[in-house]
Amino acid sequence: MQEIMKKRASELLLDGTVSRVIGWKAGDFVYDITPAVFESAEEIEKDFVYTAFCGANLSKYLVKESKKPGKTLVFLKPCDSYSFAQLVKEHRVNRDSVYAVAVECRGKADVDKIRDCGVKGICGISEENGTLTVDTVYGDKTLPLSEVMLEKCASCKTRKHAVYDELLGEEGEEVADCDRFGKVRELESMTPEERYEFWRGELSRCIRCNACRNVCPACTCEKCVFDNDNSGIAQKAAADSFEENMFHIIRAFHVAGRCTDCGECTRVCPQKIPLHLLNRKFIKDINELYGDYQAGADPDTRPPLTDFRTTDAEPSIVYRRGEK
Amino acid sequence: MQVNNTEFKPKIVAFCCNWCSYAGADLAGTNRLQYPADVKIIRVPCSCRVNPIFILRAFQRGADGVILCGCHPGDCHYTTGNYYARRRMTLLFSMLDYLGIEKERTRVEWVSAAEGAKFAATMNEFVQTVTKLGRNRKLEDLRCRK
Repeated sequence: MQEIMKKRASELLLDGTVSRVIGWKAGDFVYDITPAVFESAEEIEKDFVYTAFCGANLSKYLVKESKKPGKTLVFLKPCDSYSFAQLVKEHRVNRDSVYAVAVECRGKADVDKIRDCGVKGICGISEENGTLTVDTVYGDKTLPLSEVMLEKCASCKTRKHAVYDELLGEEGEEVADCDRFGKVRELESMTPEERYEFWRGELSRCIRCNACRNVCPACTCEKCVFDNDNSGIAQKAAADSFEENMFHIIRAFHVAGRCTDCGECTRVCPQKIPLHLLNRKFIKDINELYGDYQAGADPDTRPPLTDFRTTDAEPSIVYRRGEK
Repeated sequence: MQVNNTEFKPKIVAFCCNWCSYAGADLAGTNRLQYPADVKIIRVPCSCRVNPIFILRAFQRGADGVILCGCHPGDCHYTTGNYYARRRMTLLFSMLDYLGIEKERTRVEWVSAAEGAKFAATMNEFVQTVTKLGRNRKLEDLRCRK
């Protein structure tokens, strides 16, 4: 797959169809792959990679890169293509200046989970039919991909792209039996005290690095509310538990109805806070109260928070929940 | 004479829309209807003006309960503002509940300019509910405590 992608990207760069390519670049270690912009076939040949560690969503980089002259080629995994479609829908990215290449994805690996399996000294990785072969300094190890997948891939909703110009590899299917809301339901069935304890335990680890905000393809405001000194919580380090609550409620609220559930927030969190549970709560509520909605799936429907029905539920519905 | 300070008096912030609920509060006043002085009214142009941050900021600065009052759905001065507010607040309140914060501390009520009695009754009831819950500890900012 990586070689096919390299070849195609180089071709398109050389024949002038695109001026730059957004892809993944190898880091110092095989597992610290970073998104990168390539401007020549030589750069692609040297650094471009596509392995089981390429979990990063590249669509947000288009906000900046697609404003440059010429077309921008971007590689999109199925979940990334939804983020891309949502950015186009919100007019953050000009569709005509992007050449979207869809690539197949069967789930990406989480290096921490691999390490938890006792695999050390990782220096290479390859994937075939759901089995990962991890090359280590102590020899090869094989692991089933399903056991070491990123959180977002473990509850993957679809392997089918929302939008693309060209497809490399095979188009996947929607995942019919994904249980995205299992953990949300579990939390909802707890008592408020237990939920409070759970979230204090999670959110109190927050170091306000803002990685979740910066990586989120839905968070594309040029000036963020949290950069305002008067927002009350602009500090980097949270000085009070209130700030943690406020930051995470508002961060999730600002992408409510626009979040495609790409799971990047949880992937990048250095403190391993399950931030996707906040976003999924909003998605679940929206689905239950205002009808099923998948951000990025449809270019024409209005997002649920900029729309209304005169018959919508009253806010008091929240109080009646759980009373049966 | 001594004032008994040991009794808990909640601080309630009421966001009232300029066109209906604020006038409703005014009517409650001119009709000499009693409602607790713990309710601090903030006038907003429309219930839709209230951003989720406003609600959280009120709690940060020491409110024990926050109530949002607006025109009845369909009667908004700006035609549709309160419909948007309704969706937003439903989701926000649901999220606060999800984080384990007492759901009784937040409320939305639709009060028209003619409903002075409803305004007073709503406030009486809301203050009672919040008094029972006691101080807001889960969503307070210790730096703002007086």
